[in-house]
Amino acid sequence: MKIRNYWNLRDWGASVWESANRPKRVAIALTSIILVALLPFAGASFLATPIAAYDAVLVYPVGIFVLMALGLNIVVGKSGMLDLGYVAFFAIGAYTMAIMGTTTGLNTWEIMPFGIAFAMIAGVILGLPTLRLRGDYLAIVTLGFGEIVRLVVLNSSWSKGPNGIANIPMPPDIGPLKFKLDDQKVFFWVVVIMILLTIWMIRRLSVRRPGRAWEAIRQDEDAAELMGIATLKYKIWSFTLGAAVGGAAGVLYGSKNLFIAPEMFTLNVSILILACVVFGGIGNIWGVIVGATILGYLPDRIRFISDARLLVFGIVLVVVMNFRPDGLLPRKKREKAIVKKGANA
Amino acid sequence: MFAVLIDQFWSLTIAGVALGFIYVLISLGYTMVYGVLRMINFANSEIFMWGTFGTVITSRDIFHYTQTSEPATGGKLALVLVSSLLMSMLVAGLTAIFVEFVAYRRLRMKGTNRLATLISAIGISIALQEVMRLLTDSRPVGSPRVLEKIILTEVWGANIRLDTVITIIAAAAIFFILERFIKLSRMGKAIRAVSMNEDAAKLMGVNLNRVITTTFLVGGLATGAAGFFYITVFEYTKFNIGFTMGMAAFTAAVLGGIGNIRGAFYGGLSLGLLEVYASAVLGTQWKAVTVFIILVLVLLFKPNGLFGEAVQTTRA
Repeated sequence: MKIRNYWNLRDWGASVWESANRPKRVAIALTSIILVALLPFAGASFLATPIAAYDAVLVYPVGIFVLMALGLNIVVGKSGMLDLGYVAFFAIGAYTMAIMGTTTGLNTWEIMPFGIAFAMIAGVILGLPTLRLRGDYLAIVTLGFGEIVRLVVLNSSWSKGPNGIANIPMPPDIGPLKFKLDDQKVFFWVVVIMILLTIWMIRRLSVRRPGRAWEAIRQDEDAAELMGIATLKYKIWSFTLGAAVGGAAGVLYGSKNLFIAPEMFTLNVSILILACVVFGGIGNIWGVIVGATILGYLPDRIRFISDARLLVFGIVLVVVMNFRPDGLLPRKKREKAIVKKGANA
Repeated sequence: MFAVLIDQFWSLTIAGVALGFIYVLISLGYTMVYGVLRMINFANSEIFMWGTFGTVITSRDIFHYTQTSEPATGGKLALVLVSSLLMSMLVAGLTAIFVEFVAYRRLRMKGTNRLATLISAIGISIALQEVMRLLTDSRPVGSPRVLEKIILTEVWGANIRLDTVITIIAAAAIFFILERFIKLSRMGKAIRAVSMNEDAAKLMGVNLNRVITTTFLVGGLATGAAGFFYITVFEYTKFNIGFTMGMAAFTAAVLGGIGNIRGAFYGGLSLGLLEVYASAVLGTQWKAVTVFIILVLVLLFKPNGLFGEAVQTTRA
C-alpha cells in the first residue's frame, strides 16, 4: 500500500518539534499544557456534551481513558503483547481505594501507592506464569484473568458482592482547590498531572534499555532472546508498569465516583481501552492520546442519537480500521530513539 | 459439598453433554476461522446470538406459535423444528459472511497488522449486538414452546428429556457432517490446504477469497445450529447472550487446541461437563472462574491445548 501524504499530522508535528530549540520546545509544551488545563472552561462552546455534565465527561471517560490507554500502550504498543484483561488492574485500584478508604481512614493520596502496589503485584502474579505464552493465547489468558477478578469481586462478601461499595471518600482539598461532585475541574487537573507523569515515564523508558528491549521483543521475540535480552524479565516489567498505571487510574476513579460496583469492570472496558490504543495509533503516545480522547468523548457528544450511539461507535471502529489500519496517528516505521540514542545506556 | 455431585451425577452428566455439544458447534466457528486466518473470529458470539433469533422468528412469526399455544406433535413438530434449525443456520451463515466481508476482507487484502483486524471485528460485533438491542428494545425474548419436554425414560435416577436427546443426537450429526465435509470434499481440502500454508495453497490455484468466505460460512452454519439447540434447551434469548456463550466456546476451542476440528469436539464436551460439575460443587457463580483457572493451567502445562497443533509460537 502506498503511504498517503495528506493528513500526515504525525510528521508535521515531529518536524515542528525537531526544528525547535530548547526554549521553543518548553514554550510549546507549556502552551499545550495550559490549553489542556483550560479545557473545563470551554463547556459552553460546541464541545459541550448534551446530557452528561461536560466537566465530568472530561474526567471520566476522557481523562481516565487517556491514562489507561497510555498504560495499556506500554504492554500492547511498546512490547507487542495483547492484553485483553487490562480492566482487572483498574478494578484492583478502584477496590483498593474503596475498601481502604471506607475502613482505614487514609485519604486518596495515601491509598494511591497501595493501589499501584497491589495492581503491580497482581501484574507479577499473572505475568510470571502466563507471559511465556504468545499472541492469542496470552490474549485469552489475560481476558480470563480480567473476568476472574470481576467474578471474585462479584461473589465475595468483603467486596459487598453485586451491591458494590458506596461512600468512598473524596480526595482531601489541596489548599484552595476543592474536590466537588458538581464541579470536577480539580479532578481533571489531577488526571492531567497523572497523564503527564505517565508520558514522562514512558518517554524516559523508551529511549533507555527497557524501551529498546521492548522494541526488540515486539519486532521479533526469538531474535531478541538470541541477542541476550532477558525477554521474560522485560515482558514482566512492561506488564507490571502497565498494571501500575491502570491501578492508579482505578484509585482515582473510585475516589471520584464515590461508589463502585463489579458491573463497572466488565470485559467491555478492556476492549474499549484496547480500541483507544489501536484506533489512535498503536505504539505512538500522541496517537493513543488522540484515540482515547475521541473514543471517550464521542459517545457522550453524540448522545442526541441516544439509543444508537453504541451502534455508531461500532461502525466508526470498523470504518476507521478499514481505511487507516495503523490508527489515526501511526508510529514511525522505525523508532528513531533507537538510531539516535543507541549509544548511551 | 460433593453430595450434590454424587447424588445427581448422571443427570448432571447428561445436561453437561447437551451443553457440551452446543459449545462444540459454537467453537467450530472460532476454530475454523482460526485455522485458516490465524485470527480470533471475535464476532462469532454475535453470530450465535443472531442465530438464536432465527429460531425464535421461525416458530413465533412464521408458524405463529405463542407462549400459550399447544406444543406441536408428529409431522408438524418435525417440520417446525427442521425449519427453525435451517433458519438459524441460514441467518448465522449470512451474518458470518457479512462479518467476513465488512470486517476482515479489506484488511486482509492489505495485509495489515492483526490488531487492526481484531479491533475491526470488535467494532462489527458491537454493531451487530446494538442492532439487535435496538430491534428487541433491550428486552429478553422468550421462545414459544414448540417441543413438549416429555421425559422419555429414566436411567440411573436421571431423567432423559426429549429436548436433551434431540440436542445431543442432532448436534452430533451436524458435527459429523461438517467434519466429513472438511475431510472429504474438494472445498474442505482447499480449506485444509490454506490452513497449512496459505502461499503454497495459492500457488496450487486455490481461490483464497472463496475458501475464506466458505470457512466463515461453515463456521457460521455450525454456530447457527448451536443457536437452535440453545433455544430448544433454554427457550429464551437476549441481545447479550452471545458474550458468555462465546467466551465459553472460545475457551473450549483453546482447551481442545484451536485450529483443530477434533479439538473443538473434545474441548467443547469436556468444557460442558466441567462447567456443570463445577457449578454443582461450587455453586453456579463460580463456574466461570473454575473454567478459566483450568484453561490457564492447561495452557501452562500443555500450551497447544489438549489436542492442538503447534500454533502458539507461529504468530507472536
